[in-house]
Amino acid sequence: MFSLTSKVALVTGATGGIGAAIARQLHRQGAVVVITGTRESVLNELAAGLGKERVHAVTADLSDPASADQLIARAEEAAGAPLDILVNNAGLTRDMLAIRMKDEDWDKVINVDLSSPFRLCRAALKGMLRRRSGRIINIASVVGATGNAGQANYTAAKAGLVGMTKSLAQEAGARGVTLNVVAPGFIATPMTDVLPEAQKEKLVGAIPLARMGTPDDVASAVLYLASDEAAWVTGSTLHVNGGMAMI
Amino acid sequence: MSEIADKVKKIVVEHLGVEESKVTPEASFIDDLGADSLDTVELVMAFEEAFNVEIPEDAAEKIATVKDAIDYIEAQKKAA
Repeated sequence: MFSLTSKVALVTGATGGIGAAIARQLHRQGAVVVITGTRESVLNELAAGLGKERVHAVTADLSDPASADQLIARAEEAAGAPLDILVNNAGLTRDMLAIRMKDEDWDKVINVDLSSPFRLCRAALKGMLRRRSGRIINIASVVGATGNAGQANYTAAKAGLVGMTKSLAQEAGARGVTLNVVAPGFIATPMTDVLPEAQKEKLVGAIPLARMGTPDDVASAVLYLASDEAAWVTGSTLHVNGGMAMI
Repeated sequence: MSEIADKVKKIVVEHLGVEESKVTPEASFIDDLGADSLDTVELVMAFEEAFNVEIPEDAAEKIATVKDAIDYIEAQKKAA
């Protein structure tokens, strides 16, 4: 089950907590993994942790459209084979209440969290449609469905990702290429570690499964959607949030 | 048959996996050659790449038959 032997996978934002877990799980299942991020040293560390085989590190700044446009070709060159699995995990936040939010805070988040995944999907789909196989998994967020004060830009991008994925799933369906979304809830990462203890307790109190999620909880969902076993699942959103929002 | 026509035919055969004999000038990509909407977009992109021309969306929509494609590309090449 869930074997990815000889599949080539690209994971963006692999230097983050969730991205690294995704890269590790896909690698463990036999995939050739291309990891990408902006921080070269962290990327190389992660690559070394995965072992010498079947791992390639490619630095890329996805806020640059040209860099996003070229990334698929660079990944395929590094792996020496066409791409089978694309995981759009890279993202950033610029949180603040809307009345304080500047255009650049809005634009930056929409560009990296929505436009860049579109560019990567577009580039990846060209080859996948021709080869009549492929898996794309876009990482959104529970707040894309529920909204969240202080995150108008981020939630718009993540909700946009869901709509985009559904459209692309319809366009690619006839070729056996699937696109799905994984929407994580409250996950323990370096980003959430800094929250005050009282706030964490309150957040966990709203989760029926009574704990924060782990990066591996998210990665397991990605692994399923990347596998042959998920061949008949497309355009769907898999919520991984401990029951915090049952949608 | 012109060089362009030959190349167009070859691309169509390759992309749609149809027999060469079926790729007549009058053949419609969708009605006669079994293409779906995605195939037609892929064909246009293949033409663009092979002939180094740009086929804008409104022109692409009018390319329904093999002859349409050949005529359009020949006109572009002459204009260049």
